[in-house]
Amino acid sequence: MPETFFTAPPHWGWYIATYFFVGGIAGGAFVISSLLALFGRAEDRPVVRLGHYVALAGALLSGALLTADLTRPERFWHMLVQSKTGLPMLKPWSPMSVGAWGVLGFGVVAALAAAGSIAESRPGLWQRLARLNRGPMQAATALAGSLLGFFLAGYTGVLLSVTNRPLWADSDLVGLVFLLSAASSGAAALLLLGDWSGGVSELTRHWLARFDRTALMLELAVLVIFLATLGPALAILRGAWGAVLLGGVIGAGIVAPLVLERRTPALLASVSPAALVLAGSFLLRVVIVFAAQQVHVAGTEVVLP
Amino acid sequence: MSPEPMGFFTDTTVCIGCKACEVACKEWNQLPATNGGRTLMSGLSYDNTVRLDGINWRHVKFIEQFSEDRSSGRWLMMSDVCKHCVQAGCLEVCPTGAIIRTEFDTVVIQSDVCNGCRLCLAACPFGVIDINPASNTAQKCTLCYDRLQAGLEPACAQACPTDSIQFGPVSRLKQQAQARLDQLRALGETRARLYGADESMLGGLNAFYLLVDEPEVYGLPRDPKLPSRRLLAGSVFSLAGAVIMGLIAWITLRRRRVEEEHA
Repeated sequence: MPETFFTAPPHWGWYIATYFFVGGIAGGAFVISSLLALFGRAEDRPVVRLGHYVALAGALLSGALLTADLTRPERFWHMLVQSKTGLPMLKPWSPMSVGAWGVLGFGVVAALAAAGSIAESRPGLWQRLARLNRGPMQAATALAGSLLGFFLAGYTGVLLSVTNRPLWADSDLVGLVFLLSAASSGAAALLLLGDWSGGVSELTRHWLARFDRTALMLELAVLVIFLATLGPALAILRGAWGAVLLGGVIGAGIVAPLVLERRTPALLASVSPAALVLAGSFLLRVVIVFAAQQVHVAGTEVVLP
Repeated sequence: MSPEPMGFFTDTTVCIGCKACEVACKEWNQLPATNGGRTLMSGLSYDNTVRLDGINWRHVKFIEQFSEDRSSGRWLMMSDVCKHCVQAGCLEVCPTGAIIRTEFDTVVIQSDVCNGCRLCLAACPFGVIDINPASNTAQKCTLCYDRLQAGLEPACAQACPTDSIQFGPVSRLKQQAQARLDQLRALGETRARLYGADESMLGGLNAFYLLVDEPEVYGLPRDPKLPSRRLLAGSVFSLAGAVIMGLIAWITLRRRRVEEEHA
């Protein structure tokens, strides 16, 4: 039996699963937005701005979810400042410690970018702020945004691996799976919100959909390798959680959107592939977070879900 | 001069399952009997508390090994506790610095620093830590840090009526454990073994055990590891994914621009 089965669950629930999902979308959307700002065209600007808003909203929601999940929320700042010395708190080898700074930095850069985008889209209002979205300032926020966005997308999975829990610490690939899922769900969120808010050019839409498909295909490949290399820990996924992973995450969240993008049967015309991608991405976090935590030791017996 | 590393040697062969250690620990450390008002009695054998957690810092495990007709068999009993690992997974990951190593080489969670992120719960290779509902922080055995500072031995070791729990400098405990192991082997108990007494297991467990069966029988991992073992590979794979996705975006955006210029 793997040594990870003899450990105890951290009682991470819906707050954390939702944070992994929201943080992934925010990170993925900021990366996409930044790359479009750096290498895209004028037609891409609406989605660049949309990505900034998604990143900021996601960062704020992430901070709220993470704080609410603490059993002592009023001490959230202990992650950033040593409470007894007032010195900065950072352990480069602890993903949660680095992550606390990552979320903060991501939020700051996303706020700058979003401020620039508001000024850019409302001529006359705070025109000096619009400079944030032009020239060297834009290059700086886009570079920082893509680095911090990729970090936010992937570190959560690495954090899970740097524990001793089953499933999480039984693979080196959780971070990569989360990162690819964040890329696809970030693109999907921009597609959905873009359709809803309007003004997105066909040129951008086409590229976003293609980027999304590429991310989904890579995610599928890495998920298969993840499952194939889990070894004895795969026992956790033999039951209902495995069914959710196969049917919900892989079937409905990856394969279905890939098929629907190519040829949509009339019956399913109302089903948006992007909505399916988002649902699958959420279910992925739910399965990974919850399935692992149902393994525990009662007395001396290892109990599996 | 800092004191020597201190620890526990728990000799399970003389444990009688009286749970005096559990009671002494609860009394000294003022740990509640109920978990947030809920009384949790398992009804599992003689084991009412089931696991180590925020309000149970000592846990006596009961293992019944009987044949089908109960004509032969034995009871194994083991008082489990935080292992105070020399390389401690909880201390390694704690993002607030709440978990410290003391002058006695023990591992202690500072309750006034912990903010309850619960990463240490998942990082501990033995599932020792949980949230204490009285403080709403992560808690576990402190090896009675307050008593050690006053020159006393931990409450559980003092209460243990058979000296199954022995307290002292780790170097001396290791000699005692080796002597006891040799004695048991000479008496023909070939299943006897030490668990965590040497440095191969997490640099050594400052609370180590003498067992008479496989570690798994006692609900212990055979080869416990540090959480950081996945840090490098996990980060490199994620970084590679980021580079690949970034390159794909860059190449496709460039190609899109070139195609447009041609059209």
